Amino acid sequence: MRIEDKLYLIGYKVDEDGSHLEVNKKDVCKKCKNKACTFVCPVDVYKYDEKEEKLSINYDACVECGTCKIVCEYIEWRYPRGGFGVAYKFG
Amino acid sequence: MKKKDFDVIIVGAGPAGIAAAYKLASAGVKVIVIERGAFPGAKNVMGGIFYRKALADLIPDFEKTAPLERHIIEQKMWLLSEDSVLGGGLRSEKFNKEPYNCYSVFRAKFDKWFAQKAIEAGALIINETVVKEPIVENGKVIGIKTDRPDGDLYADVVIAADGINSLLTKALGLRESITPEKVALTVKEVIGLPEKVVNDRFGVINKHEGVTIELTGPFFEGMTTMGFIYTNKTSVSIGLGAIVEDLVHHKANINDMLEKLKAHPAVKPLIHGGETKEYMAHMIPEGGYFAITKLYTDGFMVCGDAAMLVNAVHREGSNLAIESGKLAADTYLKAKKKGDFSAKSLSAYQKKMKNSFVMKDLKMYRHLPKMMEDKRQLLTKYPQFAIDAAYDIYNIDGVAKIDKIKAIKKRVAKLGYIRMAKDAFDMWRKIR
Ligand SMILES: Cc1cc2nc3c(=O)[nH]c(=O)nc-3n(C[C@H](O)[C@H](O)[C@H](O)COP(=O)(O)OP(=O)(O)OC[C@H]3O[C@@H](n4cnc5c(N)ncnc54)[C@H](O)[C@@H]3O)c2cc1C
Ligand code: SF4
Ligand code: SF4
Repeated sequence: MRIEDKLYLIGYKVDEDGSHLEVNKKDVCKKCKNKACTFVCPVDVYKYDEKEEKLSINYDACVECGTCKIVCEYIEWRYPRGGFGVAYKFG
Repeated sequence: MKKKDFDVIIVGAGPAGIAAAYKLASAGVKVIVIERGAFPGAKNVMGGIFYRKALADLIPDFEKTAPLERHIIEQKMWLLSEDSVLGGGLRSEKFNKEPYNCYSVFRAKFDKWFAQKAIEAGALIINETVVKEPIVENGKVIGIKTDRPDGDLYADVVIAADGINSLLTKALGLRESITPEKVALTVKEVIGLPEKVVNDRFGVINKHEGVTIELTGPFFEGMTTMGFIYTNKTSVSIGLGAIVEDLVHHKANINDMLEKLKAHPAVKPLIHGGETKEYMAHMIPEGGYFAITKLYTDGFMVCGDAAMLVNAVHREGSNLAIESGKLAADTYLKAKKKGDFSAKSLSAYQKKMKNSFVMKDLKMYRHLPKMMEDKRQLLTKYPQFAIDAAYDIYNIDGVAKIDKIKAIKKRVAKLGYIRMAKDAFDMWRKIR
C-alpha cells in the first residue's frame, strides 16, 4: 500500500494559517549529503527536487512524531496550534 | 500576592497525566490538565498491550467501563528470516482467568475514557491547547504559558506528562536533547477483519481472547527492530519500530519496512483480505535507565514518556506512565501538608520512583540498549543460525541426522565458539 493511500485514512484538521515546520537556515539543504528528512519521515512530508534544488515541506501530512527534528538540527519544529493536526480514530 | 489559578497544572492527557489528575482530583485537589489534541488520545499511539495492575490500583473496577479489546491468553515470539520463522511462546489458561494480565487497546478510545474518569473525579481537562513553556520565577516553576489568548496559568506545582517530545523538560534543562540512538520510530496499521476470521487465524474461540506476536530477527537487516502483531475484536494491529540511528544509517523508510513485513510469507496469511483502517506513527523512548531525565525541580515533576520511562524489552510504557503519575500525585499530597513545594520537598518523588517496580525494572535492563547497539549478531547472525539449523533438522532429505549435526557444529565453529560464549555470558551478566 502506498503512503499516499494511507494518508487518506488519517484524520487531520489542517491549519490553513501556515506550516509548523520550517528549515531555519538558507541553502543548507543544497549542501546536505544524506537528506535524512526525505526518507526518515513516516508520511513523506519532505521531498527534495534535484532540478530546482529545493526542499518542499508538505506539512498537512505531518503526524507530529518528532523524528525529523532529531535527525536534522536545521528543522524548526513546533506542534501545530491547539486542536489542529492529526486526530487518530484508533491510535 | 502569589498568583495561583490551580493547585496543580498537568501538561498532557496521556496515561501519565490522567493518572496523576485522577488521583489528585479524588483527594480534593484543584487540578487542571492541558491537552493539545482535539480530545485526550487524539495524538496518542501504542501497539498496544495494556497491563492492568497499575490502573487497577487506582480504579479497581475499571474493566466494567473501559474500552478494552481482547485479554491476552497467548504471547508469542517469532524470529523472522527472509522466508522462514522460528517461534516460541506461552499460552496458559492462567491468562484466561480474571483478573487478566493484559488487554489489547486503542489509545484514541482508551485515553478518552480515562480522561472522562478523571473529570468525574473532579479534574478539569482543557483540550485543543498547546503549552508553550514553563513560567519560572527565582528558579521556581510557578506556571505555564499556552497558545491561547491570555493563556498563562499559575499553580503550586506543574506536572509534565507531555510525552516523548516534552517541551517542558527541555526548556528546564532536565533532559539532554534526544539523540537518534535513544529513540525508535514506530508505525502501525489497524487492519479490519471479521471477528470470526481473527478468532480462526489466531486459534481462539471468541472475541474476548487475544494473542500477541513479537517479531525480530535477520529479516530486519541488522537494524534494531521490533515488530508486533496484536489481535483486537474485529481487527489486527501490525507494526514495527526501528532505532532512528539505524534508519538514518541504512537510509531506510519505516513505511517501506512495514510493507515488507506485511508481505512476509508467515505474516501475510494473518492479515490477508483485511482492510487497512488507519496508519499511524509515534516515537518510543528506548534509551532505558541511563536516558531517564531528572525527575523534579522546584515546583515541578516529570512523568511517563516525558521522563523516558519505557521498558522496551517487555513493551511496557503505559503502565510505567500511570505508576509515575500516581507517585507524583502522592508526592504532591505530602508536600501540600507541609506547604512546601521546593525541589527538596519534591525529591520524595525520586525516592518513591526508586523503590517502585518502574526504576527497579529499568535498572535491571540498564545495559541492554548499548549491548544491542554493539552486538548486531544478537539480532542477525545467531537467529539466522538457529533458523537454518531448525530447517536442517526438520527437512527430511536422505542425509543422516548425525551428518546434519556435524554440519551444524561446523557452522557453530564458524560463528566462533568463544565469541558466542562471551556474548551469552555478557547477556547473562548484564540482565541479571
Ligand atoms: C507504536 C507504539 C507501541 C507501544 N506499545 C506499547 C504497549 O504495547 N504497551 C505499553 O504499555 N506501552 C506501549 N508503548 C508506550 C506507551 O505508548 C507510552 O509509554 C505511553 O503512552 C506514555 O504515556 P504518557 O502519558 O507519558 O505520554 P503520551 O501518551 O505520549 O501522552 C502525552 C500527552 O501530552 C500531550 N502533549 C504533549 N505536549 C503537549 C503540550 N506542549 N501541550 C499540551 N499537550 C501536550 C499529547 O498530545 C499527549 O496526549 C508504545 C508506544 C508506541 C509509540
Ligand atoms: S531539512 Fe535537514 S536533513 Fe533535510 S535536506 Fe535540509 S538540511 Fe538535509
Ligand atoms: S514530525 Fe514526523 S511526521 Fe511530521 S514531518 Fe517530522 S518526521 Fe514527518
